[in-house]
Amino acid sequence: MFDALSDRLERIAGRLRSRGRLSDADLDDALREIRVALLDADVEIGVVRTFVEGIRARCAGEVLSKSLTPGQQVVKAVHEALVEALGGETLKLTYASRPPTVVLLAGLQGSGKTTTAAKLARWWKQQGRNPLLVGADLQRPAAVEQLRVLGRQAGVTVFSEPTDPVAVALAGLEEARRLGRDICIVDTAGRLAIDRELMEEVRRISAAVQPHYTLLVIDAMTGQDAVATARAFHDALELDGLVVTKLDGDARGGAALSAKGVVGRPIVFASTGEKLGDFDLFHPDRMADRILGMGDVLSLIEQAERTMDKEAVARSAGRIMEGRFTLEDFLEQLQQVKKLGSFGGIMKLLPGVSKDLRQVADRIDDRELARVEAVIRSMTPAERADPSVIDASRRLRIARGSGTSTADVSQLVKQHREMQKLVKGMAGGGVPAVPGLGSVPGGRGLGGLGGLLGGGRQQLAALRALGAQSSDEGGGLAALLGSASSAAGAGSLDAVAVGGAAGTSRPKGQRAGKSKKKKGGRVTPPKGR
Amino acid sequence: MVALWVVLAVLALVVVVGSLSYAVRPRRRGGGTAAKARTRTAPRRPPSSPSRTATIAPPGPAPAAPEEPSGSGGALRSGAGAEEAVRLGTVAETPPLRERLGRTRGVFAGLRSLRGKAVDPGAWDALEEALIRADVGVATTDALLEDLRRRVRDREIGGGDELVDALRGDLVDLLSPERRRDAARGDGAGGPSPSDASGPLADSVAPVGRGLRFDDEAGVVNVWLFVGVNGVGKTTTVGKVARQQIAAGRSVLLAAGDTFRAAAAEQLDMWARRVGAEIVRGAPGGDPSAVVFDAVQRAAARGSSLVLADTAGRLHTKVNLVEELKKVRRVAERPPGRVTEVLLVLDATTGQNGLVQARQFTDAVSVTGVVLTKLDGTAKGGIVVAIQRELGVPVKLIGLGEGPDDLVPFEPAAFVAALLG
Repeated sequence: MFDALSDRLERIAGRLRSRGRLSDADLDDALREIRVALLDADVEIGVVRTFVEGIRARCAGEVLSKSLTPGQQVVKAVHEALVEALGGETLKLTYASRPPTVVLLAGLQGSGKTTTAAKLARWWKQQGRNPLLVGADLQRPAAVEQLRVLGRQAGVTVFSEPTDPVAVALAGLEEARRLGRDICIVDTAGRLAIDRELMEEVRRISAAVQPHYTLLVIDAMTGQDAVATARAFHDALELDGLVVTKLDGDARGGAALSAKGVVGRPIVFASTGEKLGDFDLFHPDRMADRILGMGDVLSLIEQAERTMDKEAVARSAGRIMEGRFTLEDFLEQLQQVKKLGSFGGIMKLLPGVSKDLRQVADRIDDRELARVEAVIRSMTPAERADPSVIDASRRLRIARGSGTSTADVSQLVKQHREMQKLVKGMAGGGVPAVPGLGSVPGGRGLGGLGGLLGGGRQQLAALRALGAQSSDEGGGLAALLGSASSAAGAGSLDAVAVGGAAGTSRPKGQRAGKSKKKKGGRVTPPKGR
Repeated sequence: MVALWVVLAVLALVVVVGSLSYAVRPRRRGGGTAAKARTRTAPRRPPSSPSRTATIAPPGPAPAAPEEPSGSGGALRSGAGAEEAVRLGTVAETPPLRERLGRTRGVFAGLRSLRGKAVDPGAWDALEEALIRADVGVATTDALLEDLRRRVRDREIGGGDELVDALRGDLVDLLSPERRRDAARGDGAGGPSPSDASGPLADSVAPVGRGLRFDDEAGVVNVWLFVGVNGVGKTTTVGKVARQQIAAGRSVLLAAGDTFRAAAAEQLDMWARRVGAEIVRGAPGGDPSAVVFDAVQRAAARGSSLVLADTAGRLHTKVNLVEELKKVRRVAERPPGRVTEVLLVLDATTGQNGLVQARQFTDAVSVTGVVLTKLDGTAKGGIVVAIQRELGVPVKLIGLGEGPDDLVPFEPAAFVAALLG
């Protein structure tokens, strides 16, 4: 499904010969993979063509980096180019000297204009402005009613009348002036770009209200059609910017690149959910990650922060990195992971996660996690602390209590033992091969985050390269990834903990008051760092 | 039960998320931090592009206290009352599918130029481009072209003409698996055979199994569930289907199962009035399962045999919403209800994510068919080829506009002809 670009390049990395410079053949191989990745991401085929040629020009004859494979070097160039293409000039929102500032929203049916209008109103209201919403969609049943409800939620007045869209827009503008509002947001009906009549109508609306900003609202899951649509709306209305919606889905979002490529105007806002607050300025770097299939890590983090108990997760991470992994710990970790939502979905988003692991994650039913949880819950605290005490009769009791089989219970106990060895090994630095993990790429002699994620040092090096040049908030991320990659080299997780998770050492002191975890849960004394 | 991988995966996730969440400062909403952030990145821009500094103007002072509307009623006129005249009567005559699709199609000069020529690399490029532009997707395109290449090598296909025709035929076959099945059976008494009419373009044969399932049994209330992500056209489709079923003489009840979106029930209500169907609604924010349950009960009481259940748009990535949908289906299945169709409504403009949607929704609620909407636009909807190929889920209906009659049965040949231009 979502073969990350890094996976593809892993495959060709072996074939690339290091000769000091990126040869044409090397480039061709890499660019072919990138082309596929971009097409899979729904970037329009013409845009892909131009883009890839641009990369070729950029990379041709480039000196091979010491720390990256040629494939990764190309990925880095692609990522840079994507961020530029998606970002570049940003829209400087200025406000009309004679209010109100008029904002017109246009787009296809179902793209999210009405919700976006309300979100915009709320966004501006939070900045201290005083917007008016004008409902000029008289085509869709109950569209104005929808806007009214959303307006109530946002605390913004909505104006509409059952005449015709051009008249409503004009009357709305008048009303905004009369009320002394400084922003007038006009929602219009969805329309097909090839519908001549309706495109003419929106032109007339635009001519009537003379918007200061005309924004095209485009759905992140749009496919190849993005270009045709963007071009048509741009020709008709001269767009000032784009809004990409439904980014809370898992569509890669290549349409953003396509549309921007055609329109040449900035993507201003990103809509990330159905609630009015799910709205923010657009981040080109996150979008670039997403398009390349590298997972919108930062959004994942934000989502995690929203849903998971940060302290609990950091505590768990800290414990793992100190080499502690009891069933009690695991249970707690499961709780947090459950909150995050679809397990398989999230695994796919993580960068550096090997393809094998991701494929498994695909198959993992959230129900399986529930089963594991049930087994652990059926154990007594003593059993969780020290599973070696679990004999046949206890096994039977646990199996009955959790609705599983004694074989399942034994298997979990056995796996816990394996994992405990593994985790202790990681904390200590380097560990002998764990049976059953031989298939993990770079798995033999696991040591460090890189090994755990199965991607090996190469993946992390690539990530570091990406992190190093992504924007400011990547600063912290880059530091982490940088230290993670050196950790992979050094073979321990210590650097990871030091680099980023300063918080993980904190909870120790706070544990007394806050932790639900039983003190007796620790079987072996923590290995010193 | 649980592979070691599960444990490994959970650990990995926790470690990564746990450590990263402290490393990364989250962006705050609003202009302030973002503005600073953008300024900092400015110097990183390569010299060639003009660097613009932080750009969202900081919130200025609000204008002098605005005049408040004198009583909210004054300024606001009711727009929601845009009543349409209730249109009763027969379903309007609509032009054939091919014509309606044809008028929106661009011409793929590349494919036309293949006619009469030999098969050269340019030909393959043209075919690939046509398929990719149609959102068929790289994997499916590769598979289709690979098969064609083999046949060209084995000299089963000659020049450019035959190549395009062969592709057309392959696509039609792919989209009509029932026909292939019947042909393989080889019995004349069985279903229609693909060689029935002249040439691969014939679509006079209506594929078996593409109709909407309706169990005409006493005491059974058929429930057709409409599911899909946000904005695809579920509610509009419910209205159109209601129109058709009423015209076919069935007694139809609408269930306003979208209890989340603002004014969703109002929207469906207008459709109900437009087509002359009864509607069951619930409280906004209420349990959609309860609405569907009520609708089934009401249908049984009234002697209606069909409930069309609209549901809220939901991204398949949201676990709790998917669980909610599963519950809706379970509840709808309780006697006297019987879920005879679960229709995934898919927007023709959707790219590769359409396949993901189809997969996830099928896993969750066993989708029986796809309704492909907005095909009157420029998008080709080729993702349904991948969906049929990989999941075996057929397209049953096509939406061609916002009016009540803009719904037609899916015809593979016409669809493919429009797809390839």
